[in-house]
Amino acid sequence: MVNAMEIYQLTPKTNCKKCGLPTCMAFAVALLGREKNIEDCTPLVDEPKYEAKLKKLQEVMEPIMGASETGLIVHPEKCYGCGNCVVACPVNVANDPRGSAIGLGPKSDKAILVVEDGVVKCLNMEECRRFGPNKIMCNACTATCPSKAIEFV
Amino acid sequence: MAVCTGCSLLCEDIEVALDGGKMGKTRNLCRKGLGHFKSIYLDRARPAVDGKEAGIDEAIDKAAGILKNAKKPLIFGWSNSTLDAQKAGLELARELGAVVDDTSSICQGWIVEKVLRKEIPTCTLDDVRNYADVSIFWGSDPSSSHPRHLSRFSYYPRGEKRQRGYEEDRTAITIDVRKSPTADISDEYYRVLPGGDAGLVEAMISVLDGKIPRVEDKKKLISLVTNMKKSRFGVIFPGLGMVYSLKGRKELLDALVEKLNQSSRYSVIPMVGHYNMRGFNQTLLDQTGFINRVSFQDGVESGPEHSVMEAAKTCDAALVIGSDPVSSLPAAVARRLAGMPVVAVDPHRNLTTDVARVVIPSAASGLEAGGSALRMDGVEIKFDGVVESERMTDLEILARIKEGL
Repeated sequence: MVNAMEIYQLTPKTNCKKCGLPTCMAFAVALLGREKNIEDCTPLVDEPKYEAKLKKLQEVMEPIMGASETGLIVHPEKCYGCGNCVVACPVNVANDPRGSAIGLGPKSDKAILVVEDGVVKCLNMEECRRFGPNKIMCNACTATCPSKAIEFV
Repeated sequence: MAVCTGCSLLCEDIEVALDGGKMGKTRNLCRKGLGHFKSIYLDRARPAVDGKEAGIDEAIDKAAGILKNAKKPLIFGWSNSTLDAQKAGLELARELGAVVDDTSSICQGWIVEKVLRKEIPTCTLDDVRNYADVSIFWGSDPSSSHPRHLSRFSYYPRGEKRQRGYEEDRTAITIDVRKSPTADISDEYYRVLPGGDAGLVEAMISVLDGKIPRVEDKKKLISLVTNMKKSRFGVIFPGLGMVYSLKGRKELLDALVEKLNQSSRYSVIPMVGHYNMRGFNQTLLDQTGFINRVSFQDGVESGPEHSVMEAAKTCDAALVIGSDPVSSLPAAVARRLAGMPVVAVDPHRNLTTDVARVVIPSAASGLEAGGSALRMDGVEIKFDGVVESERMTDLEILARIKEGL
Protein backbone atom coordinates (compact mmCIF):
# COMPACT_ATOMS: atom_id res chain seq x y z
CA MET A 1 0.00 0.00 0.00
CA VAL A 2 1.29 3.48 -0.94
CA ASN A 3 2.04 5.97 1.86
CA ALA A 4 1.88 9.76 2.11
CA MET A 5 5.64 10.20 1.60
CA GLU A 6 5.58 8.24 -1.63
CA ILE A 7 2.68 10.38 -2.87
CA TYR A 8 4.56 13.53 -1.86
CA GLN A 9 7.51 12.49 -4.03
CA LEU A 10 5.14 12.46 -7.01
CA THR A 11 3.75 15.99 -6.42
CA PRO A 12 5.43 19.10 -7.93
CA LYS A 13 6.89 19.91 -4.43
CA THR A 14 6.54 23.67 -5.11
CA ASN A 15 4.07 24.43 -2.28
CA CYS A 16 2.14 26.66 -4.73
CA LYS A 17 -1.06 26.46 -2.62
CA LYS A 18 -3.27 26.25 -5.75
CA CYS A 19 -5.01 23.21 -4.29
CA GLY A 20 -6.06 25.25 -1.27
CA LEU A 21 -3.62 23.59 1.09
CA PRO A 22 -0.44 25.21 2.41
CA THR A 23 2.06 22.53 1.30
CA CYS A 24 2.45 19.67 -1.17
CA MET A 25 2.93 17.34 1.83
CA ALA A 26 -0.48 18.41 3.16
CA PHE A 27 -1.94 17.72 -0.30
CA ALA A 28 -0.34 14.23 -0.28
CA VAL A 29 -1.94 13.46 3.10
CA ALA A 30 -5.31 14.78 1.90
CA LEU A 31 -5.02 12.71 -1.28
CA LEU A 32 -4.34 9.58 0.76
CA GLY A 33 -7.31 10.37 3.00
CA ARG A 34 -9.41 10.84 -0.16
CA GLU A 35 -10.33 14.41 0.83
CA LYS A 36 -8.72 15.74 -2.40
CA ASN A 37 -8.46 14.46 -5.96
CA ILE A 38 -5.40 14.40 -8.21
CA GLU A 39 -7.12 17.00 -10.44
CA ASP A 40 -7.08 19.50 -7.55
CA CYS A 41 -3.34 19.93 -8.17
CA THR A 42 -3.62 22.02 -11.32
CA PRO A 43 0.12 22.35 -12.11
CA LEU A 44 0.48 18.57 -12.09
CA VAL A 45 -2.35 18.14 -14.57
CA ASP A 46 -1.64 21.16 -16.81
CA GLU A 47 2.14 21.38 -17.01
CA PRO A 48 3.75 18.91 -19.44
CA LYS A 49 6.95 18.62 -17.36
CA TYR A 50 5.00 16.74 -14.66
CA GLU A 51 3.52 14.26 -17.14
CA ALA A 52 5.61 11.31 -15.91
CA LYS A 53 4.85 12.12 -12.25
CA LEU A 54 1.12 12.42 -13.02
CA LYS A 55 1.10 9.05 -14.74
CA LYS A 56 2.91 7.36 -11.84
CA LEU A 57 0.63 9.06 -9.30
CA GLN A 58 -2.50 7.86 -11.12
CA GLU A 59 -1.01 4.37 -11.13
CA VAL A 60 -0.28 4.26 -7.38
CA MET A 61 -3.62 5.87 -6.52
CA GLU A 62 -5.68 3.40 -8.53
CA PRO A 63 -6.11 0.76 -5.78
CA ILE A 64 -6.95 3.44 -3.21
CA MET A 65 -9.73 4.85 -5.41
CA GLY A 66 -11.52 1.48 -5.12
CA ALA A 67 -11.53 1.67 -1.30
CA SER A 68 -14.75 1.99 0.67
CA GLU A 69 -15.71 5.02 2.78
CA THR A 70 -13.77 3.55 5.68
CA GLY A 71 -10.70 2.99 3.53
CA LEU A 72 -11.13 -0.79 3.37
CA ILE A 73 -9.75 -2.46 0.27
CA VAL A 74 -10.64 -6.07 -0.54
CA HIS A 75 -8.47 -8.11 -2.91
CA PRO A 76 -10.95 -10.86 -3.87
CA GLU A 77 -8.28 -12.79 -5.78
CA LYS A 78 -6.32 -13.33 -2.54
CA CYS A 79 -9.27 -14.13 -0.23
CA TYR A 80 -9.65 -17.72 1.11
CA GLY A 81 -13.20 -17.10 2.33
CA CYS A 82 -12.15 -18.38 5.78
CA GLY A 83 -14.41 -15.90 7.57
CA ASN A 84 -11.80 -14.97 10.21
CA CYS A 85 -12.57 -11.28 9.65
CA VAL A 86 -16.33 -11.92 9.86
CA VAL A 87 -15.97 -13.63 13.24
CA ALA A 88 -13.27 -11.31 14.62
CA CYS A 89 -15.07 -8.03 13.70
CA PRO A 90 -16.21 -6.56 17.06
CA VAL A 91 -19.28 -4.94 15.46
CA ASN A 92 -20.35 -8.21 13.84
CA VAL A 93 -19.94 -9.93 17.23
CA ALA A 94 -21.93 -7.30 19.13
CA ASN A 95 -24.77 -7.27 16.58
CA ASP A 96 -24.92 -11.01 16.08
CA PRO A 97 -24.36 -13.02 19.29
CA ARG A 98 -25.91 -16.21 17.87
CA GLY A 99 -24.25 -15.99 14.46
CA SER A 100 -20.81 -14.61 13.78
CA ALA A 101 -19.97 -14.33 17.51
CA ILE A 102 -19.94 -18.13 17.82
CA GLY A 103 -18.26 -18.80 14.50
CA LEU A 104 -21.29 -19.23 12.25
CA GLY A 105 -22.21 -17.17 9.22
CA PRO A 106 -23.78 -13.78 10.08
CA LYS A 107 -27.50 -13.91 10.84
CA SER A 108 -27.92 -10.18 11.48
CA ASP A 109 -28.88 -7.59 8.84
CA LYS A 110 -26.27 -5.24 10.29
CA ALA A 111 -23.25 -7.43 9.49
CA ILE A 112 -20.37 -5.44 8.02
CA LEU A 113 -18.46 -8.36 6.56
CA VAL A 114 -19.95 -11.48 5.01
CA VAL A 115 -18.48 -14.26 2.88
CA GLU A 116 -20.34 -14.41 -0.41
CA ASP A 117 -19.39 -16.74 -3.27
CA GLY A 118 -16.21 -17.78 -1.50
CA VAL A 119 -14.82 -14.28 -0.90
CA VAL A 120 -15.38 -11.56 1.69
CA LYS A 121 -17.75 -8.71 0.90
CA CYS A 122 -18.45 -5.44 2.74
CA LEU A 123 -22.01 -4.47 3.58
CA ASN A 124 -23.39 -1.82 6.00
CA MET A 125 -20.19 0.22 5.92
CA GLU A 126 -21.73 2.88 8.18
CA GLU A 127 -21.64 0.37 11.07
CA CYS A 128 -17.82 0.10 10.91
CA ARG A 129 -15.81 1.70 13.73
CA ARG A 130 -13.70 3.45 11.11
CA PHE A 131 -16.71 5.19 9.54
CA GLY A 132 -17.24 8.92 9.90
CA PRO A 133 -15.08 11.68 11.34
CA ASN A 134 -14.76 10.22 14.88
CA LYS A 135 -13.32 6.94 13.76
CA ILE A 136 -11.59 4.35 15.94
CA MET A 137 -8.55 2.81 14.24
CA CYS A 138 -9.80 -0.78 14.62
CA ASN A 139 -7.91 -3.40 12.61
CA ALA A 140 -9.52 -6.67 13.74
CA CYS A 141 -10.38 -7.70 10.17
CA THR A 142 -6.99 -7.02 8.60
CA ALA A 143 -4.93 -8.45 11.49
CA THR A 144 -6.77 -11.77 11.33
CA CYS A 145 -6.53 -12.26 7.57
CA PRO A 146 -4.18 -15.15 6.69
CA SER A 147 -3.79 -14.12 3.05
CA LYS A 148 -3.58 -10.31 3.42
CA ALA A 149 -6.67 -10.01 1.23
CA ILE A 150 -8.02 -6.98 3.10
CA GLU A 151 -6.21 -3.82 4.09
CA PHE A 152 -6.91 -0.24 5.05
CA VAL A 153 -5.69 2.84 3.18
CA MET B 1 -29.17 -24.36 5.06
CA ALA B 2 -26.91 -26.81 3.30
CA VAL B 3 -23.91 -28.79 4.53
CA CYS B 4 -20.58 -28.47 2.72
CA THR B 5 -18.79 -31.77 2.10
CA GLY B 6 -15.67 -30.05 0.76
CA CYS B 7 -13.60 -30.98 3.83
CA SER B 8 -14.03 -32.73 7.15
CA LEU B 9 -15.38 -29.64 8.94
CA LEU B 10 -18.80 -30.31 7.38
CA CYS B 11 -19.94 -26.67 7.79
CA GLU B 12 -23.69 -26.64 8.38
CA ASP B 13 -24.50 -22.97 7.87
CA ILE B 14 -24.17 -22.75 4.10
CA GLU B 15 -26.81 -20.71 2.26
CA VAL B 16 -27.29 -21.46 -1.43
CA ALA B 17 -29.71 -19.59 -3.70
CA LEU B 18 -31.21 -21.84 -6.35
CA ASP B 19 -31.97 -20.28 -9.70
CA GLY B 20 -34.19 -22.58 -11.76
CA GLY B 21 -32.70 -25.69 -10.15
CA LYS B 22 -29.14 -24.40 -10.70
CA MET B 23 -26.85 -23.11 -8.01
CA GLY B 24 -26.73 -19.33 -7.74
CA LYS B 25 -25.19 -17.09 -5.06
CA THR B 26 -23.74 -18.78 -1.99
CA ARG B 27 -23.08 -17.44 1.50
CA ASN B 28 -20.69 -18.58 4.23
CA LEU B 29 -18.98 -20.99 1.84
CA CYS B 30 -15.18 -20.68 1.84
CA ARG B 31 -13.20 -20.65 -1.39
CA LYS B 32 -12.47 -24.39 -1.13
CA GLY B 33 -16.13 -25.14 -0.48
CA LEU B 34 -17.20 -22.94 -3.38
CA GLY B 35 -14.91 -24.90 -5.69
CA HIS B 36 -16.46 -28.12 -4.37
CA PHE B 37 -20.02 -26.86 -4.91
CA LYS B 38 -19.33 -25.52 -8.40
CA SER B 39 -17.55 -28.74 -9.38
CA ILE B 40 -20.88 -30.43 -10.07
CA TYR B 41 -21.06 -28.39 -13.29
CA LEU B 42 -17.52 -29.28 -14.38
CA ASP B 43 -15.87 -32.33 -15.91
CA ARG B 44 -18.42 -34.96 -14.85
CA ALA B 45 -17.75 -38.64 -15.35
CA ARG B 46 -19.80 -40.51 -17.96
CA PRO B 47 -20.63 -44.22 -17.92
CA ALA B 48 -18.01 -46.10 -19.94
CA VAL B 49 -16.83 -49.64 -20.62
CA ASP B 50 -13.35 -50.29 -22.09
CA GLY B 51 -12.90 -46.58 -22.80
CA LYS B 52 -16.10 -46.31 -24.86
CA GLU B 53 -19.26 -44.60 -23.69
CA ALA B 54 -21.88 -47.11 -22.55
CA GLY B 55 -25.21 -47.28 -20.78
CA ILE B 56 -25.24 -47.26 -16.98
CA ASP B 57 -26.81 -50.76 -16.85
CA GLU B 58 -24.11 -52.19 -19.13
CA ALA B 59 -21.41 -50.54 -16.99
CA ILE B 60 -22.84 -51.97 -13.77
CA ASP B 61 -23.15 -55.49 -15.28
CA LYS B 62 -19.57 -55.33 -16.53
CA ALA B 63 -18.37 -54.08 -13.11
CA ALA B 64 -20.14 -56.97 -11.37
CA GLY B 65 -18.55 -59.38 -13.87
CA ILE B 66 -15.02 -58.05 -13.23
CA LEU B 67 -15.41 -58.26 -9.45
CA LYS B 68 -17.02 -61.72 -9.59
CA ASN B 69 -14.20 -63.19 -11.71
CA ALA B 70 -11.41 -61.65 -9.62
CA LYS B 71 -9.60 -63.96 -7.19
CA LYS B 72 -8.47 -61.13 -4.95
CA PRO B 73 -10.27 -57.83 -5.59
CA LEU B 74 -9.18 -54.57 -3.91
CA ILE B 75 -11.79 -52.06 -2.82
CA PHE B 76 -10.28 -48.64 -2.21
CA GLY B 77 -11.51 -45.10 -1.59
CA TRP B 78 -14.44 -44.59 0.80
CA SER B 79 -13.43 -41.26 2.32
CA ASN B 80 -15.85 -39.36 0.07
CA SER B 81 -18.83 -41.67 0.60
CA THR B 82 -21.65 -41.44 3.12
CA LEU B 83 -21.78 -43.73 6.18
CA ASP B 84 -24.58 -45.83 4.61
CA ALA B 85 -22.59 -46.31 1.40
CA GLN B 86 -19.56 -47.34 3.46
CA LYS B 87 -21.62 -49.95 5.32
CA ALA B 88 -23.01 -51.30 2.03
CA GLY B 89 -19.46 -51.37 0.65
CA LEU B 90 -18.24 -53.47 3.55
CA GLU B 91 -21.06 -55.97 2.98
CA LEU B 92 -20.01 -56.20 -0.66
CA ALA B 93 -16.38 -56.67 0.38
CA ARG B 94 -17.31 -59.55 2.73
CA GLU B 95 -19.25 -61.22 -0.07
CA LEU B 96 -16.36 -60.85 -2.52
CA GLY B 97 -13.65 -61.76 -0.01
CA ALA B 98 -11.95 -58.52 -0.97
CA VAL B 99 -9.12 -56.45 0.46
CA VAL B 100 -10.44 -53.13 1.76
CA ASP B 101 -8.42 -50.01 2.36
CA ASP B 102 -9.09 -46.29 2.44
CA THR B 103 -7.09 -43.09 2.13
CA SER B 104 -6.27 -43.05 5.88
CA SER B 105 -3.77 -45.85 5.21
CA ILE B 106 -1.46 -43.33 3.54
CA CYS B 107 -2.72 -40.33 5.50
CA GLN B 108 -3.77 -39.74 9.13
CA GLY B 109 -4.33 -43.48 9.81
CA TRP B 110 -2.16 -44.07 12.89
CA ILE B 111 -3.28 -40.96 14.78
CA VAL B 112 -6.97 -41.63 13.97
CA GLU B 113 -6.44 -45.20 15.22
CA LYS B 114 -5.02 -43.96 18.53
CA VAL B 115 -7.98 -41.60 18.92
CA LEU B 116 -10.60 -44.21 17.98
CA ARG B 117 -9.04 -46.81 20.29
CA LYS B 118 -9.06 -44.17 23.05
CA GLU B 119 -5.28 -44.43 23.51
CA ILE B 120 -5.04 -40.64 23.46
CA PRO B 121 -7.74 -38.27 24.77
CA THR B 122 -9.89 -36.39 22.30
CA CYS B 123 -12.83 -33.98 22.40
CA THR B 124 -15.33 -32.47 19.97
CA LEU B 125 -14.85 -29.25 18.03
CA ASP B 126 -17.78 -27.76 19.98
CA ASP B 127 -15.79 -28.38 23.19
CA VAL B 128 -12.88 -26.60 21.53
CA ARG B 129 -15.07 -23.58 20.77
CA ASN B 130 -16.58 -23.48 24.24
CA TYR B 131 -13.62 -24.32 26.47
CA ALA B 132 -10.24 -24.48 24.69
CA ASP B 133 -7.71 -21.78 25.48
CA VAL B 134 -4.69 -23.18 23.62
CA SER B 135 -4.90 -24.56 20.06
CA ILE B 136 -1.72 -26.09 18.66
CA PHE B 137 -1.53 -26.57 14.89
CA TRP B 138 1.30 -29.05 14.52
CA GLY B 139 2.38 -29.75 10.95
CA SER B 140 -1.00 -28.53 9.77
CA ASP B 141 -2.11 -25.37 8.00
CA PRO B 142 -5.88 -25.10 8.48
CA SER B 143 -6.02 -21.70 6.76
CA SER B 144 -5.23 -23.55 3.53
CA SER B 145 -6.65 -27.04 4.18
CA HIS B 146 -9.74 -26.34 6.33
CA PRO B 147 -10.26 -22.59 5.80
CA ARG B 148 -13.04 -22.14 8.39
CA HIS B 149 -11.33 -24.14 11.17
CA LEU B 150 -10.00 -21.11 13.03
CA SER B 151 -13.09 -18.97 12.56
CA ARG B 152 -15.63 -21.66 13.44
CA PHE B 153 -13.92 -23.51 16.28
CA SER B 154 -10.32 -23.15 17.22
CA TYR B 155 -9.33 -19.48 17.56
CA TYR B 156 -11.71 -16.66 16.71
CA PRO B 157 -15.20 -17.57 17.96
CA ARG B 158 -16.60 -16.73 21.38
CA GLY B 159 -17.57 -19.78 23.44
CA GLU B 160 -19.31 -20.58 26.70
CA LYS B 161 -16.13 -20.18 28.81
CA ARG B 162 -14.24 -18.21 26.20
CA GLN B 163 -16.34 -15.06 25.91
CA ARG B 164 -13.45 -12.83 24.88
CA GLY B 165 -12.41 -15.02 21.97
CA TYR B 166 -8.99 -14.68 20.44
CA GLU B 167 -8.15 -11.26 21.92
CA GLU B 168 -7.65 -12.48 25.49
CA ASP B 169 -9.04 -15.95 26.02
CA ARG B 170 -7.28 -18.03 23.39
CA THR B 171 -3.75 -18.68 22.18
CA ALA B 172 -2.93 -20.21 18.82
CA ILE B 173 0.44 -21.91 18.42
CA THR B 174 1.72 -23.14 15.07
CA ILE B 175 4.58 -25.64 14.82
CA ASP B 176 5.59 -26.13 11.21
CA VAL B 177 8.52 -26.34 8.83
CA ARG B 178 7.50 -23.11 7.10
CA LYS B 179 5.76 -19.91 8.06
CA SER B 180 2.37 -20.90 6.71
CA PRO B 181 -0.65 -18.56 6.44
CA THR B 182 -1.86 -20.05 9.77
CA ALA B 183 1.52 -19.28 11.37
CA ASP B 184 1.17 -15.67 10.16
CA ILE B 185 -1.96 -15.13 12.25
CA SER B 186 -1.02 -17.32 15.23
CA ASP B 187 0.21 -15.87 18.53
CA GLU B 188 3.30 -18.07 18.49
CA TYR B 189 5.18 -19.81 15.72
CA TYR B 190 7.87 -22.41 16.30
CA ARG B 191 9.88 -23.56 13.30
CA VAL B 192 10.80 -27.24 13.18
CA LEU B 193 13.19 -28.72 10.63
CA PRO B 194 11.77 -31.32 8.22
CA GLY B 195 11.81 -34.65 10.07
CA GLY B 196 12.66 -32.89 13.34
CA ASP B 197 9.33 -33.42 15.08
CA ALA B 198 10.54 -36.40 17.14
CA GLY B 199 13.47 -34.36 18.47
CA LEU B 200 11.12 -31.48 19.31
CA VAL B 201 8.71 -33.77 21.19
CA GLU B 202 11.62 -35.20 23.20
CA ALA B 203 12.85 -31.68 23.97
CA MET B 204 9.32 -30.66 25.07
CA ILE B 205 9.10 -33.68 27.36
CA SER B 206 12.43 -32.80 28.94
CA VAL B 207 11.21 -29.22 29.58
CA LEU B 208 8.07 -30.67 31.19
CA ASP B 209 10.39 -32.82 33.35
CA GLY B 210 12.21 -29.68 34.45
CA LYS B 211 15.35 -30.36 32.40
CA ILE B 212 17.16 -28.10 29.94
CA PRO B 213 16.19 -29.13 26.37
CA ARG B 214 18.83 -29.97 23.77
CA VAL B 215 17.73 -27.49 21.13
CA GLU B 216 19.33 -24.40 19.63
CA ASP B 217 16.88 -21.82 21.00
CA LYS B 218 16.31 -23.10 24.55
CA LYS B 219 14.62 -19.92 25.78
CA LYS B 220 12.01 -19.97 23.02
CA LEU B 221 11.14 -23.63 23.58
CA ILE B 222 10.93 -23.22 27.36
CA SER B 223 8.58 -20.24 26.93
CA LEU B 224 6.47 -22.23 24.41
CA VAL B 225 6.14 -25.25 26.71
CA THR B 226 5.42 -23.00 29.71
CA ASN B 227 2.55 -21.42 27.77
CA MET B 228 1.28 -24.88 26.85
CA LYS B 229 1.50 -25.99 30.47
CA LYS B 230 -0.42 -22.97 31.74
CA SER B 231 -3.43 -23.84 29.62
CA ARG B 232 -6.62 -25.16 31.19
CA PHE B 233 -7.94 -26.88 28.07
CA GLY B 234 -5.46 -27.41 25.27
CA VAL B 235 -5.97 -29.11 21.94
CA ILE B 236 -3.37 -30.42 19.50
CA PHE B 237 -4.38 -30.51 15.83
CA PRO B 238 -1.80 -32.77 14.15
CA GLY B 239 -1.53 -32.47 10.39
CA LEU B 240 0.27 -34.55 7.82
CA GLY B 241 3.56 -32.82 8.69
CA MET B 242 3.52 -34.42 12.12
CA VAL B 243 1.97 -37.70 10.91
CA TYR B 244 4.79 -38.42 8.46
CA SER B 245 7.56 -37.06 10.65
CA LEU B 246 6.61 -39.09 13.75
CA LYS B 247 5.71 -42.25 11.82
CA GLY B 248 8.59 -44.31 13.21
CA ARG B 249 8.26 -42.95 16.79
CA LYS B 250 4.50 -42.96 17.32
CA GLU B 251 4.81 -43.53 21.07
CA LEU B 252 6.27 -40.02 21.48
CA LEU B 253 2.89 -38.40 20.84
CA ASP B 254 1.31 -40.52 23.61
CA ALA B 255 4.15 -39.62 25.97
CA LEU B 256 3.82 -35.88 25.27
CA VAL B 257 0.04 -35.86 25.68
CA GLU B 258 0.31 -37.91 28.87
CA LYS B 259 2.92 -35.54 30.27
CA LEU B 260 0.85 -32.46 29.40
CA ASN B 261 -2.21 -34.06 30.99
CA GLN B 262 -0.40 -34.33 34.32
CA SER B 263 -0.59 -30.57 34.79
CA SER B 264 -3.34 -29.55 32.37
CA ARG B 265 -5.96 -31.09 30.11
CA TYR B 266 -4.92 -31.84 26.54
CA SER B 267 -6.83 -33.50 23.69
CA VAL B 268 -5.92 -34.44 20.14
CA ILE B 269 -8.12 -33.96 17.07
CA PRO B 270 -6.49 -35.24 13.85
CA MET B 271 -6.82 -32.84 10.92
CA VAL B 272 -8.63 -35.31 8.70
CA GLY B 273 -8.82 -34.12 5.09
CA HIS B 274 -11.61 -35.96 3.25
CA TYR B 275 -15.08 -35.33 4.56
CA ASN B 276 -15.87 -38.84 5.80
CA MET B 277 -12.51 -40.55 6.30
CA ARG B 278 -13.10 -40.74 10.03
CA GLY B 279 -16.55 -42.22 9.30
CA PHE B 280 -15.02 -45.11 7.37
CA ASN B 281 -12.39 -45.76 10.06
CA GLN B 282 -15.10 -45.81 12.74
CA THR B 283 -17.44 -48.06 10.69
CA LEU B 284 -14.65 -50.53 9.94
CA LEU B 285 -13.48 -50.50 13.58
CA ASP B 286 -17.02 -51.22 14.79
CA GLN B 287 -17.40 -54.12 12.35
CA THR B 288 -13.94 -55.70 12.33
CA GLY B 289 -11.83 -54.20 15.11
CA PHE B 290 -9.42 -52.58 12.61
CA ILE B 291 -9.54 -49.09 11.13
CA ASN B 292 -8.10 -49.84 7.67
CA ARG B 293 -6.02 -52.38 5.66
CA VAL B 294 -8.46 -55.26 6.10
CA SER B 295 -8.67 -58.45 4.08
CA PHE B 296 -11.87 -60.52 4.02
CA GLN B 297 -10.16 -63.39 2.12
CA ASP B 298 -9.86 -65.79 5.08
CA GLY B 299 -12.08 -64.39 7.77
CA VAL B 300 -10.96 -60.92 8.84
CA GLU B 301 -7.27 -60.02 8.78
CA SER B 302 -5.44 -56.73 8.96
CA GLY B 303 -1.85 -55.80 8.38
CA PRO B 304 0.50 -53.68 6.31
CA GLU B 305 0.37 -56.30 3.53
CA HIS B 306 -3.28 -55.31 2.98
CA SER B 307 -2.55 -51.59 2.54
CA VAL B 308 -3.34 -50.18 -0.89
CA MET B 309 0.41 -49.84 -1.60
CA GLU B 310 1.03 -53.58 -1.09
CA ALA B 311 -2.38 -54.87 -2.19
CA ALA B 312 -1.96 -53.19 -5.59
CA LYS B 313 0.89 -55.67 -6.21
CA THR B 314 -1.09 -58.79 -5.30
CA CYS B 315 -4.71 -58.00 -6.24
CA ASP B 316 -6.10 -58.80 -9.67
CA ALA B 317 -8.95 -56.26 -9.91
CA ALA B 318 -9.95 -53.07 -8.13
CA LEU B 319 -13.08 -51.14 -7.28
CA VAL B 320 -12.19 -47.50 -6.60
CA ILE B 321 -14.94 -45.40 -5.10
CA GLY B 322 -14.73 -41.62 -4.68
CA SER B 323 -10.95 -41.44 -4.90
CA ASP B 324 -8.19 -40.91 -7.44
CA PRO B 325 -5.33 -43.24 -6.46
CA VAL B 326 -3.74 -43.20 -9.92
CA SER B 327 -2.86 -39.51 -9.49
CA SER B 328 -2.21 -39.49 -5.73
CA LEU B 329 -0.20 -42.69 -5.16
CA PRO B 330 3.45 -43.23 -6.15
CA ALA B 331 4.04 -43.93 -9.84
CA ALA B 332 4.92 -47.63 -9.34
CA VAL B 333 1.66 -48.32 -7.46
CA ALA B 334 -0.36 -46.22 -9.93
CA ARG B 335 1.18 -48.20 -12.80
CA ARG B 336 0.16 -51.49 -11.14
CA LEU B 337 -3.37 -50.20 -10.64
CA ALA B 338 -3.57 -48.98 -14.21
CA GLY B 339 -2.52 -52.44 -15.41
CA MET B 340 -5.40 -54.30 -13.74
CA PRO B 341 -9.14 -54.15 -14.50
CA VAL B 342 -10.38 -51.16 -12.50
CA VAL B 343 -13.98 -50.21 -11.81
CA ALA B 344 -14.16 -46.49 -10.93
CA VAL B 345 -17.21 -45.02 -9.21
CA ASP B 346 -16.83 -41.25 -9.09
CA PRO B 347 -18.84 -38.08 -9.73
CA HIS B 348 -15.97 -36.57 -11.74
CA ARG B 349 -13.56 -37.51 -14.48
CA ASN B 350 -10.03 -38.02 -13.14
CA LEU B 351 -6.89 -40.02 -13.92
CA THR B 352 -8.35 -43.16 -12.33
CA THR B 353 -11.55 -42.96 -14.42
CA ASP B 354 -9.33 -42.39 -17.48
CA VAL B 355 -7.50 -45.70 -16.97
CA ALA B 356 -10.50 -47.63 -15.60
CA ARG B 357 -12.07 -50.45 -17.56
CA VAL B 358 -15.52 -49.50 -16.26
CA VAL B 359 -16.61 -46.01 -15.19
CA ILE B 360 -19.82 -45.59 -13.21
CA PRO B 361 -20.74 -41.94 -12.60
CA SER B 362 -22.25 -41.24 -9.20
CA ALA B 363 -24.13 -38.37 -7.58
CA ALA B 364 -21.90 -36.02 -5.55
CA SER B 365 -22.84 -36.63 -1.93
CA GLY B 366 -23.91 -33.56 -0.01
CA LEU B 367 -24.64 -31.77 -3.29
CA GLU B 368 -26.83 -34.15 -5.29
CA ALA B 369 -27.56 -36.77 -2.65
CA GLY B 370 -28.13 -36.83 1.09
CA GLY B 371 -26.71 -39.03 3.83
CA SER B 372 -24.61 -38.64 6.93
CA ALA B 373 -20.92 -38.45 7.75
CA LEU B 374 -18.56 -38.12 10.71
CA ARG B 375 -16.88 -34.75 11.12
CA MET B 376 -13.13 -34.72 11.93
CA ASP B 377 -13.98 -34.91 15.65
CA GLY B 378 -16.34 -37.89 15.25
CA VAL B 379 -19.66 -36.02 15.49
CA GLU B 380 -22.25 -37.34 13.05
CA ILE B 381 -23.65 -34.71 10.68
CA LYS B 382 -26.71 -35.44 8.53
CA PHE B 383 -27.18 -33.66 5.22
CA ASP B 384 -29.48 -33.45 2.21
CA GLY B 385 -28.65 -32.83 -1.42
CA VAL B 386 -28.71 -29.22 -2.64
CA VAL B 387 -29.74 -29.76 -6.25
CA GLU B 388 -31.83 -32.45 -7.93
CA SER B 389 -29.99 -35.08 -9.92
CA GLU B 390 -30.83 -38.22 -11.84
CA ARG B 391 -27.45 -39.77 -11.09
CA MET B 392 -27.37 -42.82 -8.85
CA THR B 393 -25.91 -42.48 -5.37
CA ASP B 394 -22.93 -44.58 -4.22
CA LEU B 395 -25.36 -46.62 -2.13
CA GLU B 396 -27.60 -47.44 -5.10
CA ILE B 397 -24.61 -48.29 -7.31
CA LEU B 398 -23.18 -50.67 -4.68
CA ALA B 399 -26.60 -52.32 -4.25
CA ARG B 400 -26.87 -52.83 -8.04
CA ILE B 401 -23.35 -54.29 -8.23
CA LYS B 402 -24.23 -56.66 -5.36
CA GLU B 403 -27.37 -57.72 -7.23
CA GLY B 404 -25.27 -58.34 -10.33
CA LEU B 405 -23.01 -60.76 -8.46
